Amino acid sequence: MNRSLIWGAAGVLLVGMPFVYGAPYPMHIIITILIWSFAYTSWSMMGRFGLVSLGHGGFMGVGAYATALLWNNLGLSPWLGIPIGLVCAALLALVVAWPCFRFRITGHYFALVTLALSGIVLQVITATRDLTGGSLGYTPNRVPGGSSFWAFQFTDKHTWYMIALIVWGAGLAIWYAVERSMLRYALEAISEDEDAAAAAGVNVTLEKLKITVLSAMMTAMAGAMYCQYQMFVSPDTVSGISVSLQMVFAVVVGGLYVALGPTIGAVITILLGETLRISFGPAAVGWDNLIYGLLLVVFIIFLPKGILGSIMGAFKRAPAKAAA
Amino acid sequence: MGFLDIFLVEALINGLLLGGVLALLALGLNLIFGVIDVAWICYAELVMFGMYAMYYFVSVFGISLWFAVPATIIAIGLMGILLHVLVISPLLGAAPINQLLATGGVLFFLQSLATVAFGIDFRNLGIRLPTLEVAEVFISYARLLAFGAALSGMVALYLFLTRTYVGTAIRAISQDREIMALMGVDTRRIYIITSAVGGSLAGLAACLLVLQYDVHPYVGLSFGPITFMICVMGGLGNMVGGFIAAFIFAEIISLGGLYLDLEWGYVFAFVFFIGMMFIRPEGLLSRRS
Repeated sequence: MNRSLIWGAAGVLLVGMPFVYGAPYPMHIIITILIWSFAYTSWSMMGRFGLVSLGHGGFMGVGAYATALLWNNLGLSPWLGIPIGLVCAALLALVVAWPCFRFRITGHYFALVTLALSGIVLQVITATRDLTGGSLGYTPNRVPGGSSFWAFQFTDKHTWYMIALIVWGAGLAIWYAVERSMLRYALEAISEDEDAAAAAGVNVTLEKLKITVLSAMMTAMAGAMYCQYQMFVSPDTVSGISVSLQMVFAVVVGGLYVALGPTIGAVITILLGETLRISFGPAAVGWDNLIYGLLLVVFIIFLPKGILGSIMGAFKRAPAKAAA
Repeated sequence: MGFLDIFLVEALINGLLLGGVLALLALGLNLIFGVIDVAWICYAELVMFGMYAMYYFVSVFGISLWFAVPATIIAIGLMGILLHVLVISPLLGAAPINQLLATGGVLFFLQSLATVAFGIDFRNLGIRLPTLEVAEVFISYARLLAFGAALSGMVALYLFLTRTYVGTAIRAISQDREIMALMGVDTRRIYIITSAVGGSLAGLAACLLVLQYDVHPYVGLSFGPITFMICVMGGLGNMVGGFIAAFIFAEIISLGGLYLDLEWGYVFAFVFFIGMMFIRPEGLLSRRS
């Protein structure tokens, strides 16, 4: 009961926040944080079970570009385009992941196959420059007036805040749904020992496929959200190896095994980047990534559970010790 | 020449020479993979620093190439040792994926360090080696040189691994890392030597690459992933497999570039890599168990 009270209060605070304080710049930062938090949560759905994918940049690119291309070329509303993008990402995930799991490609090898996947998506977007604008990026056509429900384009930051909040909340809900499901137990068993899990009657390939497809679709959704909010995508910002590594980094810093870990990771990385950019201006180019990289190494060596994971671990341990 | 038109021949030869460069890049990474069982995701960034070292030695300080090349090789070898001591050795007992991610952090770090220290301008040595013309086919000397260096580098590494005491210990460790410590081999020392050799090979590759390509902080991203895939496709730690894989990749890229676009060449190479992973997950030369 106590717990649901806290969640309720947090929900009311988050929904009510823009009515109390809604200056455009902080709103923009918060929306960005929410969208990226959702993307990072999607990655952590797989990552927490030891399925380290470096291909999520690819799924994000598919979601973003499919939605924008369908809108510009066929006039198809994002309300239909986004689901199509999600299906495309799911199919892509199936095509790559099924053989991977079937032939038991795990660990390093899995990371490298998925790395090739994000490379493919990046190169295909760059190569089809007549259609996608290549490395110069791509802009969905603006509707006259700027805002339209049908076109999923809104100029108002408050609307975007609510959309991003809903999507982010849905991401957390999916995280908790998985946490409570049999899927979680099956995947935890698989990540400990595949043979033992298979012997215990777990369909290893199927269970891994489920979480991969789910994670890929969520990542594609994040890509579509990013594209509709920014109204601009380029291969470097939504696909490729850097984006994949950025996801891994934020999740590891925030905490891989806790629901809000990826969100904390997004808050830390985006605020760090913005603070450096504001205080040092153009001279800050490179410094944010310099600090990220250093932090990533330090975290993996000293705090592999991430910031939130370690704090929560400390809280959980303290009462247990007191009881004993 | 019938169906073998001149562009096809040129693309095939250039692919062969590109394969030499890729093989050299893969060589050092493969050694680290095979011996320490750690994937240096940031390997291409070490090469990038080597390219900058060459640029500063030759173009800024005006040091002769004969000193700049050994100095670069030694400097990157030292970087390899530093990477091992600071990042890899605390993580030797950790999950392999943590090691992969930590070197991913190093990748970010080195890239941004280069951005901060050297700026984002494209730089080159200002030396352009002439091209060789044989029967209307143009071959660049820089690529020929890289090809030769890759071959001799591989032979030298082979001799080092088979003919010296340290080399034998390195090979033994790659077969069984627990037992060798009991046999009185100092594992730490061998790992550091391996990292130094791996780094030096990155330095050598850098010296040759800087003759063909401009250096900028993100140059590593353009050949890093390819290098990794070559190592995996050849079988991690299998140097001959890596060598063959490098040439297959290079031909695919080169022919794809001839008929469509360079990007499509890369796409085909990546698709081929994924396909091969399913057919031969242990590498090209493996026998199915």
